[in-house]
Amino acid sequence: MTKFETVIGLEIHAQLKTNSKLFCACPTVFGQKPNTQVCPICLGMPGVLPVINEKAISYGVQMALAIGCKINARSIFARKNYFYPDLPKGYQISQFDEPFSEHGEINIETKGRGKRTIGVTRVHMEDDAGKLQHGESPEDLNSSFVDLNRTGMPLIEIVSEPDMRSADEAVAYFKAMRDIILYLGICDGNMQEGSLRCDANVSIRPVGQEKLGTKAELKNMNSFKFIKDAINFEVARQTDLIESGGAVIQETRLFDPASGVTRPMRTKEEAHDYRYFPEPDLLPLLIPDEMVEKLRTELPELPQAKRDRFITDYKLPAYDAGVLTASQDLAAYYEDSVKLFDDPKTVSNWIMGELLRLLKESSKDLSDSLVTPEKLAELLALIKDGKISGKIAKEVFEEIFTSGKDASAIVKAKGISQISDAGELEAIINKIVADNQDSVERYRTGKTKLMGFFVGETMKATKGRANPGLVSKMLKEKLA
Amino acid sequence: MAITKEGVQNVADLARLRLTGEDAELYAGQLGRILDYVEKLSEVDTTGIPPTTGGIEGSALRADIAHSSLTQEAALANAPDKQGGCFKVPKIIE
Repeated sequence: MTKFETVIGLEIHAQLKTNSKLFCACPTVFGQKPNTQVCPICLGMPGVLPVINEKAISYGVQMALAIGCKINARSIFARKNYFYPDLPKGYQISQFDEPFSEHGEINIETKGRGKRTIGVTRVHMEDDAGKLQHGESPEDLNSSFVDLNRTGMPLIEIVSEPDMRSADEAVAYFKAMRDIILYLGICDGNMQEGSLRCDANVSIRPVGQEKLGTKAELKNMNSFKFIKDAINFEVARQTDLIESGGAVIQETRLFDPASGVTRPMRTKEEAHDYRYFPEPDLLPLLIPDEMVEKLRTELPELPQAKRDRFITDYKLPAYDAGVLTASQDLAAYYEDSVKLFDDPKTVSNWIMGELLRLLKESSKDLSDSLVTPEKLAELLALIKDGKISGKIAKEVFEEIFTSGKDASAIVKAKGISQISDAGELEAIINKIVADNQDSVERYRTGKTKLMGFFVGETMKATKGRANPGLVSKMLKEKLA
Repeated sequence: MAITKEGVQNVADLARLRLTGEDAELYAGQLGRILDYVEKLSEVDTTGIPPTTGGIEGSALRADIAHSSLTQEAALANAPDKQGGCFKVPKIIE
């Protein structure tokens, strides 16, 4: 039987976090009342002229630079013509054969294929369409409702090369792009609200064949899981189709999250004929070198670079570095903490183990957390100095998390400081040894595993406050 | 440059214009003559001249400052049908 390989290319749309729209000064706030952020320009009224938002161009250029694209000093806006009720102008202003940037790439980590470079064909700028809602109540079943607040919001479209070979790779690529977008602060990255969206071009071909198979374009995938599910479903569908003697037809398919299948989108136009032509209302966009160089110097440290630096500077495992650099806030939190408590791996363990767990359990954001780097560092110092045990420290951590109190104050108030005084422990251990003569005998005849029992009893007697290292040492001496 | 009746019909469909066969025939002739006229431009030798889409280069850019927009009422003033602050249109099925 023929073996097939999957070929995937992604088109990512990111809505830019500007204050005003791409071609008019309407505000861009999400969730406003319908049709309250519109003006004659974005409503497509006759006689209006678009004027380009400089910030949108800056954001677009920063994205392009971050993924190694070449910036075209001169690019052209073009009209993409089609009729749809969410598009009042009757055309989208986009870029076609002369986009503002081309030829980039990013690296992703893949399962089984190691580090892979995924090519980026182009990044171009365009305006968004409005939002359609379909009638659900009985009297509205035959109506759709149009809100044009989103119309004209700035978007960048990032088009990849068909370089991905599995759903997992596509998700890894999309995640890497999202990380970069979030680090740049050019888009809020919210997939549910549609500020970050992606379409996937999926095809299969016999292994070894150069020519690409016929692709289907998948839409409506607003989570990483849906992207994965939609692509996996589509690959299985195309494989079945070809193996049973059929052929894939080029079409747009919508993913239905409820049933997990993709279905052909019913279109009103049989063939898309967008009749692109240069937008006569806009002159060519010129992006001077000075602007590019200035934006380049303003780029933040990007996720990959930060991850690599964490591995080198803090000697962290790649896993830790990946978790800690998931956001700039978390990475900054980590670095601030390490500055105050110079044991990078211990700090990492506490952040990954305790802090992230509690944040997740309480559905809180790092910015809501009461455990500041200072408070974390103080707690870690108490453990290091033998003032409290690691086990007790976890309880203290939870308390700092909920109350925001200092570790030392909590330890003092609860009387849970670690007992590191041999004199104090001696009496307790003597009693345990005296009360458990049977076990003592068995230990002495070689059942050394019973050490755990004695340590446990000591801990129980001290409510976990005994210094475990000291307890083991003393017990070994007593039982010898 | 000849343009066929089918070509006219296709463009009309894309522009949501309904034409009779007679219309299409008439426009095919007229559009053909317009295209012939414009075609004269290709007689000019443009070797070595970079293509341009306008007389001057460089779109003006605007600072990213938001201004208030139309009121909902004004935005919907010309709508043939509206409901709940939205334009109401025949159902669009995807």
